Amino acid sequence: MSVSLDNGPGADLAPSRRGFLITVTAAGAMFSASAPAQAADSFAPTIWYDIDRAGTITVHIIRAEMGQHVGTAIARIVADELEADWSKVRIDHVDSDPKWGLMATGGSWSIWQSYPLYSQAAAAGRIALIEAGARLLGVPASACVARNSAVVAGKASVTYGDIIARGDLSRKFTEAELAKLPIKTPAQRKLIGKPAPARDIPDKTNGKGVYGLDAKVPGMVYARPKLPPTRYGSTVASIDESAAKAVPGYIRAIALDDPSGTVPGWVMVYADSFVAADRATEALKVTWTSPDAIKVSEADLQARARVLVSDKTKGGLVVEDPGVDAAFKSATSTLEQTYTTATALHFQLEPVNALAFEKDGKFEVHTGNQWQSLVLPWLAQALGRKEDTIVLRTYLLGGGFGRRLNGDYAVGAALASKAIGGKPVKMVMTRADDSRFDSPRSASVQTVKMAFGEAGRVTAMEHVACAGWPTEAMAPFFMPKGANGVAYDPFAISGANHWYNVGAHRVRAVGNDLANQTFRPGWLRSVGPGWTNWALESFMDEAAAKAGVDPLAFRLKLLDASGKNAGSAPNSVGGAQRQAAVLNRLAAKAGWGKPLPKNTGLGIATSFGQERDMPTWTACAARVKVDPSTGAVKVEKLTLVADAGTIVSPDGALAQMEGAALWGMSLALFEGTAFENGQVRDLNLDSYTPLRMGDVPDMDIEFIASGEAPVGLGEPATTVVGPAIGNAIFRAVGARVRDLPIRAEAVKAAMKR
Amino acid sequence: MTTFRLNGRNVTVNGPDDAPLLWAIRDDAGLTGTKFGCGIGQCGACTVHVNGEAVRSCLTPVSSVAGQSVTTIEGLGGEHVLQKAWIETQAPQCGYCQSGQIMQAAALLKSKPKPTDADIDAAMAGNLCRCMAYVRIKKAIKLAAGVKA
Repeated sequence: MSVSLDNGPGADLAPSRRGFLITVTAAGAMFSASAPAQAADSFAPTIWYDIDRAGTITVHIIRAEMGQHVGTAIARIVADELEADWSKVRIDHVDSDPKWGLMATGGSWSIWQSYPLYSQAAAAGRIALIEAGARLLGVPASACVARNSAVVAGKASVTYGDIIARGDLSRKFTEAELAKLPIKTPAQRKLIGKPAPARDIPDKTNGKGVYGLDAKVPGMVYARPKLPPTRYGSTVASIDESAAKAVPGYIRAIALDDPSGTVPGWVMVYADSFVAADRATEALKVTWTSPDAIKVSEADLQARARVLVSDKTKGGLVVEDPGVDAAFKSATSTLEQTYTTATALHFQLEPVNALAFEKDGKFEVHTGNQWQSLVLPWLAQALGRKEDTIVLRTYLLGGGFGRRLNGDYAVGAALASKAIGGKPVKMVMTRADDSRFDSPRSASVQTVKMAFGEAGRVTAMEHVACAGWPTEAMAPFFMPKGANGVAYDPFAISGANHWYNVGAHRVRAVGNDLANQTFRPGWLRSVGPGWTNWALESFMDEAAAKAGVDPLAFRLKLLDASGKNAGSAPNSVGGAQRQAAVLNRLAAKAGWGKPLPKNTGLGIATSFGQERDMPTWTACAARVKVDPSTGAVKVEKLTLVADAGTIVSPDGALAQMEGAALWGMSLALFEGTAFENGQVRDLNLDSYTPLRMGDVPDMDIEFIASGEAPVGLGEPATTVVGPAIGNAIFRAVGARVRDLPIRAEAVKAAMKR
Repeated sequence: MTTFRLNGRNVTVNGPDDAPLLWAIRDDAGLTGTKFGCGIGQCGACTVHVNGEAVRSCLTPVSSVAGQSVTTIEGLGGEHVLQKAWIETQAPQCGYCQSGQIMQAAALLKSKPKPTDADIDAAMAGNLCRCMAYVRIKKAIKLAAGVKA
């Protein structure tokens, strides 16, 4: 799949190089991508960093900080190329402003997208500083080098701060010049790839970090929404305040009027404290008129998905090689299996919340958010204002994982403020509210088929996946068209368009219309591969078994890097060869093929991450022990190997792999919920039970040393763990499980077959 | 109205007697380092010390701490051996649960200065880290306790 990511408003996701303008102002120098018509001293859009007269370098970060220490990583990209003194670098997580262009944090894209952009900006800055420094030192630029925030010529030097204060930095780079700017080779790097403490961490150990929940302004009132029985279509029939009025501190309740349709049927309950708002919300009686979605169950969602999967006319053809049907017709044998996954929650620990008010003609929304550019148009429509009169103030996120890509809660808070004349309202959802109106990961149903020819050669493959589509629900402008002209959600099918050479390949993505009518499906850490890779990598082991081949050897043979899987510059150099290399390293590390105790098995799975345009070659081996009397699975060890190209922050990268792998394990064995009566069943930790410290297995994680383009690391490890565990269970006790999460009863039942 | 000692100074908060201590600390006393996670005492993000014992402030009625000594993350001082270990091991990811994790670990080390792996798992079982930074949290506790990693 080549996802076209440039077909939406402000949605140019591919790293771009635009003309740079370097401007000296009274305050300092700004290094920016320029709008063509602007003069040197004018306001410049997309300003990535600036240097003041004291030499302080402030790097502006448009990405949300939600645990990935992204500010540190991006600032080090700038500092390295700029030859800056790291101690003089500041990190600034910016508020929303049109000048930043697209503001989104997701898809593990941050470093991949930022690297070329910030490197070029810093290289341009370095060159301009060297030229200006050389003039001040009275030597040719060719006699100077930049080092540690200074321009040096022999024994003479001048600091960046002094150059800014004294020098003439008017320098323009055309796009052509910019493209030719020398970017450091891996051997020249001084900061990238070297360990450094993350700048955001100290304040996360002493209570000083300010999250959305901590935002406050004088005079604010508190609010909690009374949520309708369904995500869509419920309308308020009546509100009975009598019991709520008995709660001290209760102010009033208002049914929100939402022209954007983001929060239909929400009733906002205002009070002078959160405790009062919380209690008054419980006491308030609201009746709604609700649509049929109120009856939908998990079984209904799965049944609808099965119908859609089996209907060949449904969905978009993401991959459609010629000859698929013919290959199946002439096959000597075929294998077909169906895989399912249950609804899963984000359960980011900070429940969604926002503080909103009108001030000086602007509407301010203070909240943690992952996709400002997506929610701003919703806010504009909801409030009946222009986007440029709305600003999102940035805070730390108490977990993102994709939940805060959907900024619906910001709309609820903003409308709550608007309804009382723009006065400040702090809306906080309880944990149960958050879970009920999470944008959960949709349940899915998938069938995977393979055709084998002579001598067990793989001749064709078909993968059909049906799930609720987050992108259709929230960002339909991101949906490309398949080979049959039908639009599909690229994030809900990525992973199925793998790098195995399987002959004629077909991938069909089908949206589950009942899911999208019932709830707002969400992008949950890695999105599609959370289910597609469960099916694909479980199936690869099943296919290997059918072919009578070792599952590692079976995969390696298909990862031959031929044809469309050869890879291309700059992002996928080496193609499937690198995935094979990761698997080989994993096998050696994890002791593949060595004897194991009874009821113990080692299973493998691999992934290229999310998009073929940005492959992160990843593999996992899970060693599990199964209790044959109960089917209970204990994961003893997870071994992971990843090739993510250049690693900017080695320790941060390792932390992402650790967390993502445990997420994968948690989703595989500990999480999962179900729709009942149109809502998710599990609302809090009494019944939704993510993995805890005592469940953590031994972990061994390794990165392949590489100087290739840096790609994403926040998600890929999430999706290899589940199928590795499933495959390990099969190798331990011969039980094949095809439903995620894996429950002990299912393992026990499969052992009997 | 309830008066208690918060990080060594007396505070008096208004509101109902059965209001959770969590919100008295956050909204009345203005100390926001203590976090709201689940509201049912099962995530541990709201963990504070009452007379040195780790409690879940979301379930603790404010009236029950009248005249008692409450310590929050802000009262730990910033130079606590656990806080240093948390930085040394780069334990936090999003950081939202970490105040509670640190307060829980501080109570553990007070009662068991040299905890075993099983001690740590048991004491920290009530603290959810949704980023699943458990490997480093455990490492930090061991580092602070001076026990073998």
